[in-house]
Amino acid sequence: MRQPKQRALIGLALIGLALAILPLVVGAALGNTWVRVLDYALLYIMLALGLNIVVGFAGLLDLGYIAFYAVGAYLYALLASPHFGLHLPAWVILPLGALVAGVFGVLLGAPTLRLRGDYLAIVTLGFGEIIRIFLNNLNAPVNITNGPQGIARIDPISIAGHPLSRPLEIFGYTLSGVTLYYYLFVVLAIGIIFVGIRLQDSRIGRAWVAIREDEIAAKACGIDTRNVKLLAFAMGASFGGVAGGLFAGFQEFVSPESFGLLESIMVLCMVVLGGMGHIPGVILGGLLLTLLPEAFRHGAGPVQQALFGKVLLDPESLRMLLFGVALILVMLYRPAGLWPEARHRRELAEK
Amino acid sequence: MDIFLQQVFNGLTLGSIYALVALGYTMVYGILGLINFAHGEVVMIGALTALAAANALLALGLPVPLVLLLALLAAALVCMALGFTIERVAYRPLRNAPRLAPLITAIGVSIVLQQLAMLIWGRRYHSVPQLLPSGSHTIFGAQVTEVQMIIMATAALTMLALTQLVNRTRLGRAMRATSESPSIAALMGVDANRIIALTFVIGSGLAALAGVMVSANYGITHYHMGFLLGLKAFTAAVLGGIGNLAGAMVGGVLLGVIEALGAGYIGDLTGGVFGSNYQDVFAFFVLIVVLIFRPSGLMGEKVSERA
Repeated sequence: MRQPKQRALIGLALIGLALAILPLVVGAALGNTWVRVLDYALLYIMLALGLNIVVGFAGLLDLGYIAFYAVGAYLYALLASPHFGLHLPAWVILPLGALVAGVFGVLLGAPTLRLRGDYLAIVTLGFGEIIRIFLNNLNAPVNITNGPQGIARIDPISIAGHPLSRPLEIFGYTLSGVTLYYYLFVVLAIGIIFVGIRLQDSRIGRAWVAIREDEIAAKACGIDTRNVKLLAFAMGASFGGVAGGLFAGFQEFVSPESFGLLESIMVLCMVVLGGMGHIPGVILGGLLLTLLPEAFRHGAGPVQQALFGKVLLDPESLRMLLFGVALILVMLYRPAGLWPEARHRRELAEK
Repeated sequence: MDIFLQQVFNGLTLGSIYALVALGYTMVYGILGLINFAHGEVVMIGALTALAAANALLALGLPVPLVLLLALLAAALVCMALGFTIERVAYRPLRNAPRLAPLITAIGVSIVLQQLAMLIWGRRYHSVPQLLPSGSHTIFGAQVTEVQMIIMATAALTMLALTQLVNRTRLGRAMRATSESPSIAALMGVDANRIIALTFVIGSGLAALAGVMVSANYGITHYHMGFLLGLKAFTAAVLGGIGNLAGAMVGGVLLGVIEALGAGYIGDLTGGVFGSNYQDVFAFFVLIVVLIFRPSGLMGEKVSERA
């Protein structure tokens, strides 16, 4: 009986060790730019896990998810920057961000959850755009969001009085700022994964899946579908709010541009490409969709240079082009995602 | 009073364009129950193709009306081919897949189209040559340009023709039957695949026309114009009752007018707190309100139950 448990513990310890060493290796081999990319990957994984609750577990298609990220990010920006002269610590703002984003989730969810499928998708999309337009325009008559210029000089997140943006020396070894952020994000991402897994196995999680599979049957089984769906919205939104706060502290700058529809779509694609409702799949999706385009951005120019002697196509749009093609191909050949849930796979095989 | 009328005319012009695009959404949704996310990009491709064709033909020294006609034809052909291809490649293989799969491919298609357009035409705004007469007339104190009149008239005629096509012809009957129930229509000898492909082709043709109208109306086009336009047209389709042709027309015109009036008056109504830069919010606001209070849209009845 103890054998598997021990093995699992050893496995976890190895994963932990690998995660701890990763930024040091990457930083030494590829430079800090890539550690920064890892940081973004972790933020996206957190976002994707949040959206996975809404789309993957409860089956509610949300195309405006980035709005909650924006709410979290702007809340952090407003409460910890010279813009209003407020400098609250991150540990106050992040939970507040979760709460406020959750409230926004309920605000959006309450009137719209009667809608199903595609209609919900469009309303959430509209909601996302409304938030972005407001962020863009709320600089007059009272300057709240500073409009399209965004808010700069945001306080970095600090732990025990040490801002993570500054390098830290431990035992004669210097850890760069991005590495410090990496450790913070890894810890939080593991926390979110843990919450996600526990939620999935909980009564609520099973209620979500029941609603996803058949809402009427779920209702007949005594599930209060409206409240349970609202809860999914609020939970997903609060994950997004936390990730948004981290993003603001990490970037030290926010502007409405970071919260466009394309970002919502990107996060949705992580969830769907990875395998909806399957946490390891979603993590895979998040990793792939952040790392591959990034690798491409760095690689496409030099490769073209080597092959044709000049850069024929703008790497940025080539990257998006391939992204679009990849979306189509993956959906055509693996409609349930790259790493779907076992049950989901079986269902598809039956059909 | 003339400001009011002025905005109504601006709104009607915009609205007739929305209506044409909305028809494309609503026809596809009516038959497949699918939001063709890439439709807005088809409009954009139509506009840019027409522009390229017009510039090339003008350089040849052809007379203006002929240039206009040929450019429109080129745009329509390209868009129809595009619509056909999109259906074949991105939607048909996924007809029995999980509901989200075709949505993702649609998003993929629209990203691909947008980036292709950017690679071909670049990131900049293109100004459109003046092919339509540039005069304007005063109607009840409102300035209405001839371009606006032509847009409204063309849209009205096109919609009339489409209504006739759907209600009076054999093809139209097959389309209606397929949207009612593809399997039963197939039992009656309707080739559902052919009808679906034709629906895409017709919708894309309308999109090409709408694309030309948008660029004529604003005088500029841009690789990024399709997205917001598509979104608003979809809103219009939902407003009218998605799946319903008359609904899409009414919804489009109504949305255009609401937007124009909203943008014209929001400054006065809110004491200058909100300005016309909130114009784009109206469409979404209308959408949300409609979906909450009348999810089947103004003219839809049974469609919402299938959603």
